[in-house]
Amino acid sequence: MDAPIFQLKFLVVFIVSFIVFVNFVYCNNGGRHGDSLDTELSGFSVPLEHSFEVDDVAKFSVRGALVLKGGREPTVSLSQNQLSEEDRIKLKEVAAVDGLYRIRVPRVFLQGDRQTEQQMEGYLTSFVRACAMVESHLSDAITLTTDVSGYLIGISIVTLPGACRGTEVEDEVDLEVFNTTLRVMAPVNAPGPETALFLERMEQELEKKAKNPQEQKSFFAKYWYLILGGAIFLMVTNSAQPPAGGGREQS
Amino acid sequence: MTIMTYPVFFLSFFLLYGKGWRHVDKTGPEGNIDAFLQYGQDAVLVIGNGRLLRSWDINVGGLNWEVVLDSGSFQSACLVGQQNTVKQVAVLKKAAISLHYLSNGHQKWIENLPDSETVDYQTVYSGGNGEVYVLGVVPHSHITVVAYSVEDGEIIKQYLVEAPWLSNLQVSCTVVSQGVLTCIDSATVSLYTLDLHAQSQMTQMPLQTLGLELAPGFHPTLVSSQPNPSHPPLSEFLLQLGPDHYLLLQLMHLNFLYCQAMLVTFVTTGDKTVAAVMSPKNRTVKFNEQLVNLFSVETGRRLLDTTLIFNIDPNGGKPEKLFVQAFLKKDDSVGYRVMVQTEDHTLTFLQQPGRVIWTREEALSDVVTMEMVDLPLTGTQAELEGEFGKKADGLMSMVLKRLSSQFVLLQAWISHLWKLFYDARKPRSQVKNEVTIENLSRDEFNLQKMMVMVTASGKLFGIDSNTGSILWRHNLDNIPANAAFKLMVQRTTAHFPHPPQCTLLIKDKDTGLATLHVFNPIFGKKSHITPPALTQPILQSLILPLMDQDYAKVLLLVDDQYKVSAFPSTKNVLQQLQEMASSIFFFLIDSSQGRLSGYRLRTDLSTELIWEVIVPPEVQRIVSVKGKRPNEHVHSQGRVMGDRSVLYKYLNPNLLAVVTESTDTHQERSFIAILLIDGVTGRIFHEAVQRKARGPVHVVHSENWVVYEYWSTKSRRNEFSVIELYEGMELYNSTVFSSLDRPHAPQVLQQSYIFPSSISTMEATLTEKGITSRHLLIGLSSGGILSLPKMFLDPRRPEIVSEQIREENLIPYAPELLIRTEWFINYNQTVSRVRGIYTAPSGLESTCLVVAYGLDIYQTRVYPSKQFDVLKDDYDYMLISSVLFALFFATMISKRLAEVKLLNRAWR
Repeated sequence: MDAPIFQLKFLVVFIVSFIVFVNFVYCNNGGRHGDSLDTELSGFSVPLEHSFEVDDVAKFSVRGALVLKGGREPTVSLSQNQLSEEDRIKLKEVAAVDGLYRIRVPRVFLQGDRQTEQQMEGYLTSFVRACAMVESHLSDAITLTTDVSGYLIGISIVTLPGACRGTEVEDEVDLEVFNTTLRVMAPVNAPGPETALFLERMEQELEKKAKNPQEQKSFFAKYWYLILGGAIFLMVTNSAQPPAGGGREQS
Repeated sequence: MTIMTYPVFFLSFFLLYGKGWRHVDKTGPEGNIDAFLQYGQDAVLVIGNGRLLRSWDINVGGLNWEVVLDSGSFQSACLVGQQNTVKQVAVLKKAAISLHYLSNGHQKWIENLPDSETVDYQTVYSGGNGEVYVLGVVPHSHITVVAYSVEDGEIIKQYLVEAPWLSNLQVSCTVVSQGVLTCIDSATVSLYTLDLHAQSQMTQMPLQTLGLELAPGFHPTLVSSQPNPSHPPLSEFLLQLGPDHYLLLQLMHLNFLYCQAMLVTFVTTGDKTVAAVMSPKNRTVKFNEQLVNLFSVETGRRLLDTTLIFNIDPNGGKPEKLFVQAFLKKDDSVGYRVMVQTEDHTLTFLQQPGRVIWTREEALSDVVTMEMVDLPLTGTQAELEGEFGKKADGLMSMVLKRLSSQFVLLQAWISHLWKLFYDARKPRSQVKNEVTIENLSRDEFNLQKMMVMVTASGKLFGIDSNTGSILWRHNLDNIPANAAFKLMVQRTTAHFPHPPQCTLLIKDKDTGLATLHVFNPIFGKKSHITPPALTQPILQSLILPLMDQDYAKVLLLVDDQYKVSAFPSTKNVLQQLQEMASSIFFFLIDSSQGRLSGYRLRTDLSTELIWEVIVPPEVQRIVSVKGKRPNEHVHSQGRVMGDRSVLYKYLNPNLLAVVTESTDTHQERSFIAILLIDGVTGRIFHEAVQRKARGPVHVVHSENWVVYEYWSTKSRRNEFSVIELYEGMELYNSTVFSSLDRPHAPQVLQQSYIFPSSISTMEATLTEKGITSRHLLIGLSSGGILSLPKMFLDPRRPEIVSEQIREENLIPYAPELLIRTEWFINYNQTVSRVRGIYTAPSGLESTCLVVAYGLDIYQTRVYPSKQFDVLKDDYDYMLISSVLFALFFATMISKRLAEVKLLNRAWR
């Protein structure tokens, strides 16, 4: 009975490795909290910027700060400011003309040792419809994607719920505080062909057969009476009329 | 019999039939043919930059022998003969020369070349006097001549000759007569000669003294002829001074024959050598008719009765090369046949006075892209369609129109019956069903289509898919050498009376400048619609589902200023574009910077950047990006599980599969990564890394799955991996799909398998409605095309079989995908070097049309779920209909009997 345990173990390893690569980081919102801003020795922060304009020409301003901690398992936390009165009105205006709400982060290298190494030229940008942002009361999920070597390669933003149904948001307070779920997604190791497990299973089956001598009998030994009966039946039925031309097989 | 060599293969064919044998060597530089020499029945080839020396028997195509040469980059080769027989072949490499026997390939001797670090040895020459001359050059300084003895490889003499004007021997020099090196220098416009035996200095002779002038900007060339390698070359040689200006010169007296010709070549038969000259018949008429004449080499006089007329195909190109097969007639006069190679890679074989024996379209061995277009309806069908298409104009005229069209149909039917009756009387072999462009029409199930093929040389072909006969050809002029082609169908045949319309985008890869060629795919004629002149480099092109009032789909072209232009750009189209602008997104990929960026169209046809993903090019480079095919239909939204619940597929039409390869090629650190990105929002759904793997990666992306193939450096084998995406047990929005409103990422399942063969290309089958199960069509490097059921590539294949899984009909997981021989769809017909497989749906749901193209073109039909919608050939119509009639009559009779019985009972 050690095979199921082995399989279970394997499954556990698989799940663990999966969890390791996907770090869920919930961050606190509403700015001004000191505890999230404690940049440790290895951590450093980059600005998360957003832009929403009625004429759709991007003008980015700071929304918050991403605190990145590099290393083997990069972690990210986010601290963000509240939307000002002015911004809230603007966001609603942009939503009314079906404009876009864009965000961007600078390209960073999470595994670098120094700040100078970590930051690179260029930005990663993403967008969501401004109306979706308003209707979801600023609850969004931001995903940062890294590659194998720890470079940030993409950012994406979705709101929950994602649809624009045209519902009016009356209460200004709903548009004050971001309710953000932040996630870092590292690449998953794609599985290779599972030869070891397959071979083990084959061995088990062989063992099972060896234990059960009844199973070891050959096909003919087991079913000789059926085959004989079938053959006699066929002979009896076929001797009367020769078979018509066989059906053609198409592939 | 003749032999043609190509960079990768060579073929030999019997001239009279146009058919013969062919050998295809390895892919890549290892299989390139460097040199080709022919003597008698033997063809000697140097392959793979001097790696191998092979001799073939040209009659049967058998390999005589093969030897592996010493390493070193190949320079030149020549046959060496003595006393009327040719026994050896000399191979010149960068630093050594070797002599091999022609009979068995054994090496006679090998000698290192003196001062090979400084001197660039380029040519080897033998005049049949027991010496082999190796000529090297130090550019802009001097020529080095080394003479070896054929017997033992000893250096007989070695000397230098000043030649400060010379940089390349092979380009500007040739050996004529009794070992006289003759060179042409375009800077001073003079001819230099050097007697190799005499060890003298070069003598200069300006061409102006002969009253000759060089065409401006033209590089002059010299051509000599050595009919037999055991004798010195002829003392006559050709000098080309302009594109159509040749001179036949004789060395001793320097008298010359002046001729205005397109092409000139030497021909030898027996001991006679003549020059074949191709010249336009009439200068004023535009090169349409060319005359080939033979001239005596000694006297420069035209031989009588040797004229041959060659008509240039207006859809072809200009003649490029001339090959002549001469033979002595019984009365000792020279008879000949000509093979002409034109710029569009067509070979035409003619005999006097101009009869074409055969033509071969060699351009078809390099098909770049293709499309299959439905054939038009027949005239009568079109008439009917037209009736409904037009606007109603009064009851009476409609009735008349209907009557007339019915009459036309009746007429067509009667003539069809008559033809059937007439043909039935003739023996079957005489009935010719030749397909011509006039009688092309769609068949009942739309199985016959027009294959529009674009070749690398810029020649377009229209090929009937049933017979493979070329129905039209069109050669495009001014195609840049490294052009990229994209063929798009803007209007199908479904919109009678508007003709179908295809657009070919031809882009110069260096400059990015593009041109459009608009044509009718059925007849190959250039459309009267003038495409817009594209002045800016083009970054991206996309066909929109929008149509203008003439039912032509709109083609959007994005230039390097990120401005968008539409074709056709009528007012109607622009208005539609303005309305749709906010929902038109497109993406650009710059693989050199690893940048993927998404843009949205604005109403003023400018664009705005909306997302950006940057894959660092220092670590990995983007090798391929695959979206889904726009004409793909998916019939079922989900999969029914064992417990009767439904697992819904994630069917995002905007999903892109981006494959990257690591820049680090070390086998321990190399990897390939696959990114699944939404093309509208730039959201990365999944990123998987296959470690210890490298390309080339072949990807197929369809429905909710991505299949890719790679080379595993760890296990040293080919592996397949499949990724499937599922939305889960419930759909987020079952009515419409919008990339902007799908907050939940799909579930990703992945599994890998071992594949026992290397592959050259991969494609998935495609059917009309997507009901039929899918197969993968895999072009193997062995020349087979494998139809592998997608069922075997399913990440839900279980390790342990349970009752529920058995219910679902999943195959238990096995790490190896077996190649079953019955899966080969081309049986024993090998398709060499498959470069691409094209699939198209037919009118029958069960049937998918497949075209594999590489060096060969192969078309067939596949039935992934067997022919479920077609009655079998041996279906018993008689039995079924007789049973039906019998039952019908039985009911009639029994009804009657029942009535009688009822009546009788009532009377009782």
